[in-house]
This record gives sequence, C-alpha cells and structure tokens, in this order.
Amino acid sequence: MSPDFLLFLIIALVAVAAALGMLFSRSALYAALFLITNFGAVAVLYLLLNAPFLAVVQVSVYAGAIMVLFLFVIMLLGAERLGREPEAAAMRWQRPLAIVLAVVLIVQAVYVFATRASAVPAVAQAIDAGPLNIGKTLINSYLLPFEVIAIVLLAAMIGAVVLTRDK
Amino acid sequence: MSITDKVVAVVTKIPVGFATVLKTLFRKPVTVQYPEQTKPMSARFRGRHHLKRYDDGLEKCIGCALCAAACPADAIYVEAAENTNEERYSPGERYAKTYEINMLRCIFCGYCEDACPTNAIVLEPIEFPTGYTRDGMIYVKDMLLEPPPAGAPATPQQTPAGKYDRAILPFPPITD
Amino acid sequence: MNPILEALVKSVGILVVALAGFAYMTWVERKFISRLQARIGPNRAGPFGLLQPVADGIKLIFKESITPANADVLVYFLAPVVAVIPALVLFAVIPFGSDPAFQLASNINVGALYVMAVLGVGIYGMILAGWSSNNKYALLGGLRASAQVISYELGLGLAVLSVIMMASSASLNDIVAYQQPGNILGWLIFRQPVAAVIFAITALAELARAPFDLVEAEQELTAGFMTEYGGMKFALFYMSEYVKMIGMSALFVTFFLGGWSGPFVNEAPVLSLVYFAIKVLACLLVMVWVRATLPRFRYDKLMGFGWKVLLPVGLVNVVVTALLIVAGVPGYK
Ligand code: SF4
Ligand code: SF4
Repeated sequence: MSPDFLLFLIIALVAVAAALGMLFSRSALYAALFLITNFGAVAVLYLLLNAPFLAVVQVSVYAGAIMVLFLFVIMLLGAERLGREPEAAAMRWQRPLAIVLAVVLIVQAVYVFATRASAVPAVAQAIDAGPLNIGKTLINSYLLPFEVIAIVLLAAMIGAVVLTRDK
Repeated sequence: MSITDKVVAVVTKIPVGFATVLKTLFRKPVTVQYPEQTKPMSARFRGRHHLKRYDDGLEKCIGCALCAAACPADAIYVEAAENTNEERYSPGERYAKTYEINMLRCIFCGYCEDACPTNAIVLEPIEFPTGYTRDGMIYVKDMLLEPPPAGAPATPQQTPAGKYDRAILPFPPITD
Repeated sequence: MNPILEALVKSVGILVVALAGFAYMTWVERKFISRLQARIGPNRAGPFGLLQPVADGIKLIFKESITPANADVLVYFLAPVVAVIPALVLFAVIPFGSDPAFQLASNINVGALYVMAVLGVGIYGMILAGWSSNNKYALLGGLRASAQVISYELGLGLAVLSVIMMASSASLNDIVAYQQPGNILGWLIFRQPVAAVIFAITALAELARAPFDLVEAEQELTAGFMTEYGGMKFALFYMSEYVKMIGMSALFVTFFLGGWSGPFVNEAPVLSLVYFAIKVLACLLVMVWVRATLPRFRYDKLMGFGWKVLLPVGLVNVVVTALLIVAGVPGYK
C-alpha cells in the first residue's frame, strides 16, 4: 500500500463520515460545519489527483465563500433551532422519491466504479490541471456552456439587485 | 455632493488627517508618570478625609453623626460617647468614640464636610486612599484624626469644670 | 536533507517567528499608536516596556476559563483554534528571502490563490465564536464579520488578479521575480497603484482592523464575537488577528513592494530577509497609523463602499490592465 493510497483512504473516510454527519445531524449549523469538513476533504482529494488549482478553488469558493453565506443565513434566521418537529404530512411523497433516486445513484456509482476504477489514476497523471490549462479548456472547448453559465449567473445577480431595491 | 466633489474631498482631505496624526509623532508626550510625577492639585480638591482639631488640641468632632446622615453613600459610621472634665475629647457634651469611613463606598462628594456643624471633617487634596484588602479600606478614627498642633496636648485632656459647656468654642478660631 | 524533515524544520521556524512577531507586534502597535496620540505607551514592564507582552501572556494564562451558560461547548472551544490555524497557514507560501532556504512552499503555482483560499476560510473562527457563545453581541459581531469578509474578499481577489495577470503566474516566487529584484521602479505598486490601494483597503477590512473593525465595535457590540472569551481562548483570537496582520503585510510586500528584493541581495542572501522584514514592519506601522487616523465606518457605508466603490474600481482595473497587456504598452509585458 503506497502512502498516497493510505492518505486517500483516510481522507475518503473523513469525507464520507462528514457527509453522513451532515445528513444526520439535527442542527442546521452542525450540518453546515460537516459540509465544510467534507469540502475540505474533497479539496485534499483533488490535491492527491495532482490538481492543486482545483483544490484551492474548492476551498476558496465552496468552503470559503458559499458556506460562509450558508452560515450567515442559518445564523440570521436562527434556523439552527428548527428541525425538531416531526416532518409535515404534506412531505410524505418525498421519502419514496428520495429512496428511488438514491438507489439509482448508487447503482450508477457502482457501475462506473466497477468498469472504470483502474482508469482514474492514469487520467490524473495525464491531465495538467493548472490554471492555464483549465482556462484554455474553458474558453476553447467549453465556450458555449461557459457563456451560458455566465448569462444565467448574471440574470440571478440582476434579479437579486432588483428584488432588494428600495421602491 | 456630486461624485467628483466626493473624490476630490477624499483625495485632498484624508491626507491632511494622516499628516496631522504623523505630526503628533514629533510632539512631546503629555503623559504624567503618576506615582513618580504628580500634577499640582487644586486647593479645593476633595481627597481623603481628615478630622480636625482646635489649637488647644481638642477634637472638633462632637459625634453628632450629621455627616453620616448626609452621606449619600452611607459610608460613615459614628458612635458618640459623653465627655467628662476628667476625660475630655471635644469641647461639647459628646465626642465621637468610633468614627469610621469606608473608603470603598465613599464617592468623595464632600457632603459630610458641608453637613458638619463644627467643620470637623475636611476633605483635603492630599493622600488618596488605597489598599489591598477590604478591611484596610475602612479608615478608623486614628487614621483620620490629625495630630494635635505643636505644643498642644493630645486627647483625652483633663479640663477645669465649667470651661467647656458649649459644643463650639465661644470664639471659634475656625481657620480651615 | 530529507524534504519532509526540511519542511518540518522550516515550519517550526516560521511558527516561532510568527508567534514572536505577534507578541512584539502588540508592543510595537501600542508604543507607536501612543506616540501618534502624544502618549508614552507601555513603559513599566522592563526597559521601554519590552516585557509587556510577557506580562500580558502570563496574565492571560492565569485567567479563569469561563464557559457561558447554554453555549455550544464544542464549537465554543473549537472557534479560537479555527481562527488561529488559517492565520498561521498563510505563511506557508510567502517567500521570506531570495534563497530557497528562506521559503517553505513559495514555488507552488497556485500560491496567490492559496492565499485567497486561506483568507476565505479564516473567517470561520469569528463566525463560530459569535454563534456558539450564546450572546447577542457575539452573534451580531459574527454576522457582521461574515458579511464584511464576503464583500471585501471580492475586491481583494480582483487586486490579486491584477497582480497575477501582470506576472502571468500565481506563484509568489514568480511574482517577486517579475518585479525585477534590484530595481525599485520594478515594484508593482508603481505599475498597479490602483490594485495596491484596493489591496490595502480590503486587507484592512479582511483583518477587521480600524477603520473596518465593526466586528468588535466597542460602542455597539462590547467586544463583538470575542465578548464571551477570556484567558487563553481570548489570547488565541488576539494572536490570530496579529498573525494575520503580519501575514497580510508580508503579502502586500510580496505583491507590490518587490518582496525580498533590495541592493546586494545576490552577494549576501541574508540581506533579503532583512529587507523583507523592514518592508513588512513598514506596512505594519502604516496599519497602526491608519488606525490612529481614521474613524470607524458606519455599517451600511462599509457595505456600500465595498460593493459600490471597491468592486467596480477593481473590475475596471482588471479590464484596463488586460487591455494594456494585450496592447503591449511598455512596462505591462
Ligand atoms: S465625601 Fe460624601 S460619600 Fe464620602 S463620606 Fe463624605 S458624604 Fe459620604
Ligand atoms: S464630623 Fe462633624 S458631622 Fe460628623 S459626627 Fe463629627 S461633628 Fe458631627
């Protein structure tokens, strides 16, 4: 077992444990903290895949900015104290749907893992995930999705500005 | 204020503030190094209390406890006792057997001084009460009472009968 | 030397310097701000008050450790630690000197982005402290902290982006090298003055230092998120603030003041350490000077300033820089 693999195992365990913790914790704030831990662990996984740029972006965007906003909202609304009540009757259909979706996801994941597991390290070695390359790929091969996302985000931004404007 | 005015104000005025602060760097500090240096105090400064005496050594305090009544902080405790000609502390009928001021409660308002009919208690601009224990901050009579003036005997004194029948000496030499 | 051992030795060295720097930065700040206010400052503990940080430390160690009623104990104890770690980790990528012996990981090609990531995570200490203390002042302080940091991080990012574009590398070593060591006109502050100003302002906001110290505005919020902290837990917050101050100054020096560069660095690499230290100290003194001069922002003004002034100016600066680089204007490529 190489030290890399050992590291991967530990980090993966942390990531999975944090994800489970997020799902099962009763307090919204703890759930958010677990999610941050999970993001951190995933960032380390990126590092293991020789993609420091992605790792850093993962931390600064997800763990740094987005989760701060989440925490902000949770604290502002006092939402960490909610969630004690039994789930409302109107939400009955959620459970079966969630189970079906989960099964689909697991089957898919197992299939991908079983058929392609050996390919992953090779891919990681081959790709240069530096900022330059990612930028080039975004602008060259994925220009259309990139622009579409830009427009969607712009629309969201303008929407937020309009909504918060004083009359 | 238009936006250009604002920008101009920021660019021209903020550096002035910075320069002013930097100039202070070369000014002499105004700090007074307290225990070693002190600032001159006003003659009317209300420091700690003193119990005064007459020139003949008798205490001015007659134990009337008006100061205790006047004290807004309830810091004074007075217990009076009778004077006799053999053992006389003050000119009047009575004197303060116990006189205590809790300096932790005192707010140095000077009301006790105002209330005193004989000008016995005076807050003077010397000596600030400090201490390490609560008990030590209760100033008893011995600590408050001034020593008798030069040449005069201390209290209690033996006095001839009939000399002191008034609380205040007939022609009081009130100087303080 | 074994690379792991080498990294370990360097890390310990950086930690020691950072902690000593923290202790004596408190002294420097108190002394300097006193002189700016025509006071003397600490002068009782040791000559010139030099033992004051030691005295403060001893005092804090012996304070009673208090946990507020109904506090979330785990988070309450974790928050100071969460605050300190990013502050210390920041130093990993900073090139302190010209020789590789004075650098830990300055060579990684995402150094500047790493800095942004660490700064982004650095806010959690404040937020968690504010939430877990079960105190409304603390909570408001934590909320203010999060809102403020998110807003100003954007400006900071844009300033750093201009630098990265100029040097066409995010590695801090490359950024220093780009500023032509030995030539003061090569410093990026002369070619990117707008970015430098934005960086300086947003750095102050990111550090929650005057005039952006709304997080701990005494008049409104007692001590903000630190209200319920005392003793060593308080000391940790204090430490994170000062260590971050030093880190930010070091970053400003690296990005805009030519890093460790200076005359005769090639002949005597140790000089580069000295130059770096002098520049950092100068930045720190300027920070104290700002604190002595400017009054605190009002909260809505703070947000307005961040979003309506710094962000647009930063964006325009990035665009202009890009245009200048593409046009090949001398000095911009
Ligand atoms: S100075 Fe005021 S508070 Fe102090 S003992 Fe006299 S009356 Fe009381
Ligand atoms: S000090 Fe004055 S007011 Fe107080 S008991 Fe003595 S005589 Fe009366």
